[in-house]
This record gives sequence, C-alpha cells and structure tokens, in this order.
Amino acid sequence: MNAYLILFFLVWIGGWWINIRLSHVEQSRFTKVLIPALFGLVVLFMWELIVIGLEVNPVLLPAPTAIIVKFSNSLSILWIDFVQTLIKGALSGYVLGCGAAFLTAVAIDKFDFLKRGLLPLGNFVSALPIVGMAPIFVMWFGFDWESKCAIVVVMVFFPMLVNCVQGLELVDHSRQDLMKTYNASYTETLLKLRLPSAMPFIFNGLKICSTLALIGAIVAEFFGSPIKGMGFRISSEVGRFALDMVWAEIFVAALAGCLFYGLIAFIERRITFWHPSHQK
Amino acid sequence: MKNFLGNSNIIPISVIVFFIVAFWYLAAIPMNSEKVSRQFKNLTFKEHVDKSWNLKKPKLPTPHQIVNEIIKTTFYKKINSKRSLVYHGWITLKATLAGFILGTILGILLALGIVHNRAMDFSVMPWVIASQTVPILAIAPMIIVVMNSVGVTGLLPKAIISMYLSFFPVVVGMVKGLRSPDQMQLDQMKTWSATQNQTLWRLRFPSSLPYLFASLKVGIAASLIGAIVGELPSGAISGLGARMLAGTYYGQTVMIWSALFAAAILAATLVFLISFLQNYTLKKMAIVR
Repeated sequence: MNAYLILFFLVWIGGWWINIRLSHVEQSRFTKVLIPALFGLVVLFMWELIVIGLEVNPVLLPAPTAIIVKFSNSLSILWIDFVQTLIKGALSGYVLGCGAAFLTAVAIDKFDFLKRGLLPLGNFVSALPIVGMAPIFVMWFGFDWESKCAIVVVMVFFPMLVNCVQGLELVDHSRQDLMKTYNASYTETLLKLRLPSAMPFIFNGLKICSTLALIGAIVAEFFGSPIKGMGFRISSEVGRFALDMVWAEIFVAALAGCLFYGLIAFIERRITFWHPSHQK
Repeated sequence: MKNFLGNSNIIPISVIVFFIVAFWYLAAIPMNSEKVSRQFKNLTFKEHVDKSWNLKKPKLPTPHQIVNEIIKTTFYKKINSKRSLVYHGWITLKATLAGFILGTILGILLALGIVHNRAMDFSVMPWVIASQTVPILAIAPMIIVVMNSVGVTGLLPKAIISMYLSFFPVVVGMVKGLRSPDQMQLDQMKTWSATQNQTLWRLRFPSSLPYLFASLKVGIAASLIGAIVGELPSGAISGLGARMLAGTYYGQTVMIWSALFAAAILAATLVFLISFLQNYTLKKMAIVR
C-alpha cells in the first residue's frame, strides 16, 4: 500500500460522504450543479491517483494531467482536425441532411399515401447500421470531407424525417378547425399553427442527429481520409500507442458534442418556451 | 415497428420500395457507364445497360447482384469457411449479443441505484445524460488496441464497445420507467406497509417494462453498430465490419454491399425479435391489448 493508494481511498470515501450529505440538504440550483461537478472531479482525481499509485503503463491509461498537457501542447493539430472533421464533415452534412429531411417532411405532409409508406420505412432505416455505408461513400466521393458529409447526410436524414412528420401530424384538431373557421390558407396554417406546434419534435430530431453527425464523420474517417481529421488521428495514434493524443481528441469530441447539444437545447428553450416541459 | 407489420400500410410501403429499387437500377446506369465504356467498345444502348447492371466490380452494384452474392455466400459456402457470410455474421452476432446482455444488466443495475439512492441520482444521472452527447464510437479503436495489448482479444473487446453503446438507452429508459408509478400508487404500497423490495418487484418493475422494451430496441441496434465498428481496427480478420473493410481494400463493392445488407437483415431480425417479446410480455401482463 503506498501513499497514493491510501489517498485514492480517502478521496473516494470523502467524495462519497460529501455527496451523500449534499443530496440530503434542500436542493437549490447551486447544489444541482455542485453535486455532479463534485462527482466528476472526484472520479478524475481517483483516476489520476490510481495511475500514479499502481504505476499504470501510459500506453494503457494515461493520467488526466498527461492528457491535459498533451491537449495544451497540440492545440494547433487539434484545431486542424476539428475543422476538418467537425466543421467541414459533420456540420455541413448535418445542415444538409436535416434541412433536406425537414423540406421532405413538409412536402410529403400533404400526401397521406407517401406518409404511410415512408414513416415505417424511416423508422426501420433508423435502426440499421448506416455507418457501414461509410466505405461506399469514401469510394464514391473520395477521401476528403465530401464523403464524410455524405455519410452524415444519410445518417441524419431518416431520424429527422420521422420526427418532423410526426410533429406535423400531431396538431390538435380543434386548433386546425379554428384555423379553418378563420379561412386560413394552407401556407398560413402551416406557418402559424403546424410548424410552431411541431417544433418540440423537430428539436428532438435535431438533438438526436447532433450525436449521429459526430459519430458518422469520425467513423467514416476510419475507412480512409487525408492526413488530418479526428478519426484519422485517433486511428493512427492508436497504432503508435500514443494514447494521450487519442484521449485529447476524445476530449475535443466530447466538448464539441456537449456544446453543440447545449446550443440546440438553448435555442429550443427560446423557441418552444410555451411547451409544458419548459415551464416552471 | 408495429406499423411496419400492420396490414394497412403494406401497399404504400411496397409502392415506395418498388420506386426505390427502380431508381436504384436507373442510377446504376450512369454510375457504372464510365467503367463499361472503358471495358467494352461499340455497344448498342441495350447491351450497355445490360453490362452496367452486371459488372464485376461496379461502382454501384444492382440489387440482384447483391442478392446473388448473399445467396452464394450464405448457402453455397461451408459455414466455417472464411468466405461464408454466415461465419462472419455469427462472429458479429456473438459480440453484439454478449455486449447487449452485459449492457442491459449494467443499465438496469445503474437505474436501480439511481432510483433508490438520492446521492447517486444527483451525481451520476447528469453524467449519463451528458455522455449521450459524446460520440462514444470514436473510442472504439482505442479499446480494441489497448485490450489487445494486455492480451484480451476476440469477443470481449467488441462486446465491451457494444455494452458501452447499449447501456445508456437502458439506464435512461429504466430510470423513467421505475419512476413511472404515480404518487397515489406509491402511497397505496405504503398503506400496505410494503418494503422497498416489495414496492420494487410488485409495482416499480412491472410498470417499467414498456420503457425497458423501448430501450432494448434502441440498445440492440446500437450494440450491432458497436460490434461492427469494433471490428474495423482489429486488422479486418473476421466479422461483418471486417468484411466491409476488406471489400474497401480490394475494391470488391459487391462484397461491401452484401455485408451491409447482411448487417441490415441482422439488425431488422434482432429488433423484430424484441418487438415480438415485447408484444408477448405486455399482452400477458395486460398492459396492451
């Protein structure tokens, strides 16, 4: 038993005790942030201590401090990868795919026949391992970001389509009748009633797709990419057993994923403020 | 999924599938035309179309080529042969199921902890939700290589990735499900002086089942994706993912597409099996009629 391991158990028990005490006091906004933050910090601290205490080989599991050092030392590489994979690949595919799905949903909304055929198919396709199409797109569109954009478009299209169609469908009938008594045209009903009331579903789709887009762009790079990009860096650094760099990339991916999700959630709260789930 | 089997939608679905297949054949003509004109000279239009639908290494293989390849590699190869799709499919399926079962157990245990322990609820739940926004699949190659370097190879590393992907939906679904009984029902259990255990088994667990099944469907699809991606960095030896990668290396497009179709069929079968189990269980419990 060395000092680090003893400290490890002390931090564990101490963190545990504090969180149990904190969870039994009256909850406020502050404790709601504090408790998970404390938990995360304790886990990081324990990770650091166990790596030092047991002298874990950095090839297996680098310490958090080593990852932070690597992260701050290779910001320029990480930025190039970030732009290549997330901005060029994931974001362009996300915008194109979600936009196309939204327009398709509005277009087929008028035709019940198309909806009845496309909706079950869309649900079915959403469950398929579409990531597997990545090698085909790499063959068609080349190694650069265009192929990543294409796979992201295909991955996000159906989940988004299903959500949009469902949202447009679930409009309260009495409200629709009310619009009819106002002699509202199709476009007016669409813009003033149906699209606003479909917003919770649309945002749900956007949230699901944000993770899918990141996954699609990164995994597609495993099948071939120019010598930059997060997926390329992860697979090549893994081959060299430089795991601190891999963790730094994962940190970037996690950060970007959380921020993007948070941004969509923020916009959602501003647009669908009327929805019961956002009212206090 | 229920809609998918309902008879009222069969006609629209088949019409749309028919149009997709027709579009596919049409698209195959311009996409493969370059290769055809390079290989053959002086073709009539009819011959040109015919050739572009039956190329050996086409840019876009046609459905009948893929179906032929699947049939050939499924029924006319020995099951333990490296060329058999059943062999590769079975390897992927094993990892998927192992990971799925592990992930489901872990997810249920974590959900039980979250529901019964305030400290765990406040400290773990936000992280579970935050982890949903992280592209977990990016870690897959690292897990594989690290585990290989400590001597763990074969099924387990892939199963761990599958477990990782399938346990999140189960946690989120089960927490929602275990909390779905309303206050009145919980009060009723209290008036019967039921212990925490009794409340769990007789009220919370049964009412969580619809949520559990919904999560399982998402989880098994995610497991399969995890297993396929997990096969990529291992050097393309066996499994459906390895077959896709090998197809990329050798330009065997028909092989990639057939592996893709096999994966799709596998995913559909697994989701269907869970829907079946769901309908059966929920009907027995009289939750749905």
